[in-house]
Amino acid sequence: MSGTNNMNLTLKVWRQKNAQTAGKFVTYKAEGISPDMSFLEMLDVVNESLVHKGEDPIYFDHDCREGICGMCSLYINGHPHGPKRAITTCQLHMRTFHDGQTITIEPWRAAPFPVIKDLAVDRSAFDRIQQAGGYVSVNTGGVPDANEIAIPKVIADEAFNSATCIGCGACVAACKNASAMLFVSAKVSQLGMLPQGQPERYRRVQSMVAQMDEEGFGNCTNTGACEAECPKEISLTNISRMNNDYFSAKLFRQEELHEQSHGEG
Amino acid sequence: MSEFKQTFNSSLGKKLIMALTGLFLCTFLIVHLGGNLLLFKNDDGFAFNVYANFLTHFPPIEVIAYLLYLSILVHALYALILTIKNRKARPVGYAVQAKSDASWSSKNMGLLGSILFLFIVIHMSDFWYRYKYSGSMNYKEYRTDLSSGVTQSVEFAPTSTNFENSVQTENNFEIVRVKDLHERVQQSFSQWWYVLFYVIAMGAVSFHLLHGFQSAFRTMGWVHRKYTPIVEFIGTWFFAVIMPLGFAAMPVVYFFTRS
Repeated sequence: MSGTNNMNLTLKVWRQKNAQTAGKFVTYKAEGISPDMSFLEMLDVVNESLVHKGEDPIYFDHDCREGICGMCSLYINGHPHGPKRAITTCQLHMRTFHDGQTITIEPWRAAPFPVIKDLAVDRSAFDRIQQAGGYVSVNTGGVPDANEIAIPKVIADEAFNSATCIGCGACVAACKNASAMLFVSAKVSQLGMLPQGQPERYRRVQSMVAQMDEEGFGNCTNTGACEAECPKEISLTNISRMNNDYFSAKLFRQEELHEQSHGEG
Repeated sequence: MSEFKQTFNSSLGKKLIMALTGLFLCTFLIVHLGGNLLLFKNDDGFAFNVYANFLTHFPPIEVIAYLLYLSILVHALYALILTIKNRKARPVGYAVQAKSDASWSSKNMGLLGSILFLFIVIHMSDFWYRYKYSGSMNYKEYRTDLSSGVTQSVEFAPTSTNFENSVQTENNFEIVRVKDLHERVQQSFSQWWYVLFYVIAMGAVSFHLLHGFQSAFRTMGWVHRKYTPIVEFIGTWFFAVIMPLGFAAMPVVYFFTRS
């Protein structure tokens, strides 16, 4: 792993024992870092040296390391998933940085995402929102034909764009209000736009928004910081679509939705 | 909790209230600008004073006016509630925050709104409150020669303290007696610091509406490939450029030409 282009970096890493104790920045040297390493591999190298010295390694979330699981987080030099657009931290390579640079690494900062340890935060608030209504009911019986229900391509594409959300929470991290509306609206849209999502469409949006509010996320001010930082480039239009469904559900629909949001599923 | 109460207590419900009150205030601004363009008529305030008298003595407008004051208060109050909630959602801030794609105005709506609230308080206490409640307003009499159409203005002091306005015709002269709000405008706009404050406030209006007008449509869920560009065009050119310029022109023109 030694090459002539290897870099020496200074890392300012947020260290926090748990949600109850206050955290602080600790400075580490990352030496001999290959520009071809991913950001997470760089942290692996740093952690290896920490373990050798008998110190506690830096905790951070990661899983697939190919940009599809939404597990890695990290607020790097003022950007969720680092300075490059439309990628996750595991897809960020060290060639984005230069020799001698100082890199500040922080966890996602939001009250509904409490720090588990260091850079790892608890994102189960997203799971609870999803469980509140982010599903479709499917009847048992014979397997239906895949193309039985015709869906216009433009709708299918739009629903698929919303469905690319990996639930990483970068939108919450980027938003000045720590709002989760981009995430929730993507989850509402991906089902609400398709025929299969219609039966629960207006209950879904109400249940998911209610859960989002209960978790204590902030409120959208349409600044668009979320859309700019989203690794999957989820569009801000999803939020308007969610609002539209929510207001028509709340103000114009007849069905009783209130009781059904709990105790089911 | 009733369903409506629950709706308007939700995060989206509160945002809807912000959007609706904000758009109502935007429509008011159109009327306010239209009416006040009468200030540019060089008639010693005849048209403007008659207009001000009409606004304060026509009951339906009185009703809308109180709806307007309520909207201002609700818009400010909900902004405060939402901001507190937003702050609570991020108790520990970031050490490093890079420049984001979000526009300056969208990130500073609270600051801009606070400037505007201060402006509205000062503006209303100087004109609206004085006109309606202070009793210190002077009156003016406009005599229009009905055969030639020429109007002359003279000072007028009513004998009764309850006098509001009068219109009468005498010897082929139409005599209109109204409170002289135009004089207050002229006095206020003759002070450079007052003019400067108004111009700064109109700058705040511009940036507030640059984001606010189109954001209200987004909040209501009215985003459409065909109509959103029109909304953005109107929000930018009419509400953030033409209108603030029109309002700011009043103190500036008065300062340089009428004092």
